[in-house]
Order: sequence, then structure tokens, then C-alpha cells
Amino acid sequence: MSDDKIDVIIVGGGIAGLTAGYLLAKKGQSVLLIERGNYCGSKNVTGGRIYTYSLEKIMPGFTKEAPLERKIMREKVCLMTNDSNVSLDFYSDKLGNVGSESYSVLRASFDQWLQEKAEDAGVQIVSGVRIDDLIVRDGHVCGVVAGEDKIEADVTILADGVNSLLAEKIGLSKGLDPRQVSVGAKEIIGLSEDVINDRFQCRTGEGAAWLFAGFPSGGRIGGGFLYTNRSSISLGVVCNVEDVSMGVRSVPELVEDLKAHPAIAPLIKGGKSLEYSAHLVPEGGLPMMPEIVGDGVLVIGDAAGFCLNLGYAVRGMDLAVISAECAAEAIERAKESKDYSKVSLSNYQQLLDDSILMKDMKLYRKVPHFMEKTRRMYAEYPNLAVDVLKDMFVVDGTPAKKMRQMVVPHLKKIGFGNLLKDMVEGGRSL
Amino acid sequence: MTKVNMDEKLSLDKFYVDEENAHIVLKSDEIKNEEYQKLVLACPAGLYKIDDNGKREFDYAGCLECGTCRVICGKTVLKKWEYPQGTLGVEFRFG
Repeated sequence: MSDDKIDVIIVGGGIAGLTAGYLLAKKGQSVLLIERGNYCGSKNVTGGRIYTYSLEKIMPGFTKEAPLERKIMREKVCLMTNDSNVSLDFYSDKLGNVGSESYSVLRASFDQWLQEKAEDAGVQIVSGVRIDDLIVRDGHVCGVVAGEDKIEADVTILADGVNSLLAEKIGLSKGLDPRQVSVGAKEIIGLSEDVINDRFQCRTGEGAAWLFAGFPSGGRIGGGFLYTNRSSISLGVVCNVEDVSMGVRSVPELVEDLKAHPAIAPLIKGGKSLEYSAHLVPEGGLPMMPEIVGDGVLVIGDAAGFCLNLGYAVRGMDLAVISAECAAEAIERAKESKDYSKVSLSNYQQLLDDSILMKDMKLYRKVPHFMEKTRRMYAEYPNLAVDVLKDMFVVDGTPAKKMRQMVVPHLKKIGFGNLLKDMVEGGRSL
Repeated sequence: MTKVNMDEKLSLDKFYVDEENAHIVLKSDEIKNEEYQKLVLACPAGLYKIDDNGKREFDYAGCLECGTCRVICGKTVLKKWEYPQGTLGVEFRFG
């Protein structure tokens, strides 16, 4: 590796690490980024969709050149039971405005593109090397250890993902709580561009994002997702790790169940499975955040727990970009004072606090707890929606009922007290 | 309910298996059934199996490196969990 003095070492070539590297190199810092996979993105998985606003600020116009899949113009939120599906379908030109649009994305190609951007900016990227440990002297992180090699730098950024073994090793993270992380499993199903346009009512280059509650997670805490890519579909489930481990169906079985569901099967008919992947998602919100600043070290992206799952929208990559931006700025300031102590690097925390990342994480701080304890969302409410709609739409020759007579008995099954409680608490947290 | 052919599913993926060095090792002493059963359900790669005779079967070769097993049973079932060495393990072509 390089003999030159290195200012910053970044562990992990995902969106957080690469963006931080890009920004620091642009400011003239010497940056070494180390990725354990054979290329950046080779270990990374998204659902997924990227909201572009934060990267757009750093690389204006990036959506024109980056390997994005489809601009999301159709949002669907669904309540699904084993034989039915109730959807809210939102199509709007307003979803596609420049600066606030979102795209479906596949990480292997996207991260390799970002890798090139970072390299062009001057980041030295070494792939295929696993960092085993950090060099720590008197509590100050001085660099990284990979096998026999030791490399030192003024500051080390941990961008090694949700399962950050390094943050645990130096005591910044206490490890992940199975109640606060979810496991996502996804299948990529290849279909032609035209077939996707037709089946999902999309124009070329435009696509749909669907989130499901109920059946996909087997009625337990979690959900399902479907994103249209250019010539494939990303279809999968996300399950609370603790809850799925005490359930009935296994994660791979849940994926198969979703593929076979009568509302999904026709959409993927004739498609060819291309890849099966899985990843943890840090869904615990603020309570699961590790310490993110130490002497000579910062933690960014998924490793810092930056993710928002609101049920109707899931964000992570946009937050990874913001955390990278704040970290790069804090390191820039630390360089001016040649002080890489925890106190000096704490500018990172302050910059984050002033950013939309922390404002949004704080605004929605009660959502993860609400989602975890409101189990009715995953079983009773999808059933309720289906029962009510069935009564409305099925005409079978029995005496018709007024709307109130159709709805009230179903509500009674859940209990008005429970309904009111969930509405109030949901209203407060969302 | 649908049956899953896990071998077929994992054959979609590209793996560079580290044949000499297992990156996940289970404890050799008593592992409680209820703990192991959690992994049977939660491992997205279905690597934690129980065969028809009730015997446990585990192979790290199809690991998707998500870390779910470590989060649930890091202390009860696993003796070792680390990422595969650089260049090895799963390589996502789509992600």
C-alpha cells in the first residue's frame, strides 16, 4: 500500500464511505478507502430506492450519469392478507421533480460508479482487503490492521455497515439488539423493460415502489417491498430479527410465499430469478445509535444506525450521504487545528444535529417503538381492510347492508379502545 | 404454502468460498434446541438446518454475510462469526 502519509482511512466502500472519501479528496486530503469485497458494492444490498436530494447537493446532476434504474413515479402502500391485497396507489408528476425525486437502484452498479467518482477525485481505493482491527494507542484510534499490515492515519472513518464489528471492538457500539434490527431478503427477477412498463403501468424510465404490511412478514413485525428496476424487479421481505426467529415461517419461505401470492405472481410471471441477497437493516432509530465519535475515529452511515422506516417510506442511503458530508466537514475543521481528539471531532455530532438527518431522526424517534409494539398493523388491520372491502364489493344475493352495518362489526372485532389507542399513538409518532 | 429449494436459490449467487477457513463456527458443546431453532427461521440463506433424523446441519458456504445469526445467537450458538477474508465470500452482481 502507499508509503505517503495518509490523512484519512475509510473502512468500507458503500455510499457513506465513498461519499466521505470523495468530499475529503476534493478538499485535498489524502484518503485511503479499504473495501473487503472485490469491488465497492459487491457486499452491499438495498431494497431499494435512493432519495436523491442529498447526493444532488454534492454532485449536481448526478442522476443523469449514474446507473440508476427507474425514476419512481408511482407509490403503492398495501395491506396484504394470504389471499387479498388492499392498495393505496399514488401516481403523480409531483413525485418526479428534479432535486426531490427518487430512483430504484441496484448497489453493485451504483457503488462501482460512485467508486469511480471517488477515485477521480483522488481517493486511493484498495479492494479485497478485510480490516481486522484498529490501531489504538491510549484510547486514540491511529489506523487500521489488515492481517500483518498496519496503516496509520490522522483519523479513521468507520463506514463498515450495519454490522460494524470495528465499532464494537473499540467499544463505541454495544452490539446490535435483535429487536432493533431487521433482516431483509430480496430476489431480483429479470423481465424485459416493456413487460415491466405494461405490468406496472409505467412509462420507459419511470417506475413503481410498493411497500406491504401483513402477509409478507407472516403477520409478524416487518413487511414486504417491490421496486421496479429497468429490466428487473426487486421483490423481498423485511422482518424484525427477534420476531421472525420466534415465528413459524422462515425468511426464505416468506420470500417464496410472497412470490406465489395471487396479487404478485402474475406480475413476475415468466421472470427469471437472477440473484438472491440479504442484509440487515438498522431500524431501531435513535435508541440504537452507537457512539459515533471517539479520539481519532468517526462512525457514519448504517454503522451509525442512520435509517428511517416510516412504514410508507424507507430511507437510508440519503442519510448515509448526509452523515458522510458532516463527517468530512468535521475532519476538515480538525485538520485546520491539527487536533483529532474526540472533542475536536465532535463537530461531527453538532453538524449532524443541525442537519436534516438528525432533525428527521428526532422527529420520528417514536416510530420504531410504535412499529414494534403495534402488532395489530401486521395481522388484524390488513384483515380488517380486506373484510370491510369484501363486504362492499361482494354481491351474493343476501340482503344488502348499509355501510355502517358492514364496517362496525369488523371494527368491534379489534375493539374500539384498541383502534383509538393505535390511532392516537400512531398519530403522535408519525 | 410454498416449499423452498434453498440450493437452487443460492445457486443464483456468486460465491468465492474460503475452503480452508470457516468464517462462522458453531459451539461444539451443548447448543439449546430453542436457540438453534431461531436460526432455522431467521437465517435468510437457510444455512441452519435440521435433517429428517433431527440432526443439525450447518454449512457456512452459502452465507450472505448479513450477520442475523450473530445478532440473535452470537453468545448461545456461535463460537466465531467474522466476515470472510478479503475477496472471499458472496459477491453480489446486482445488490
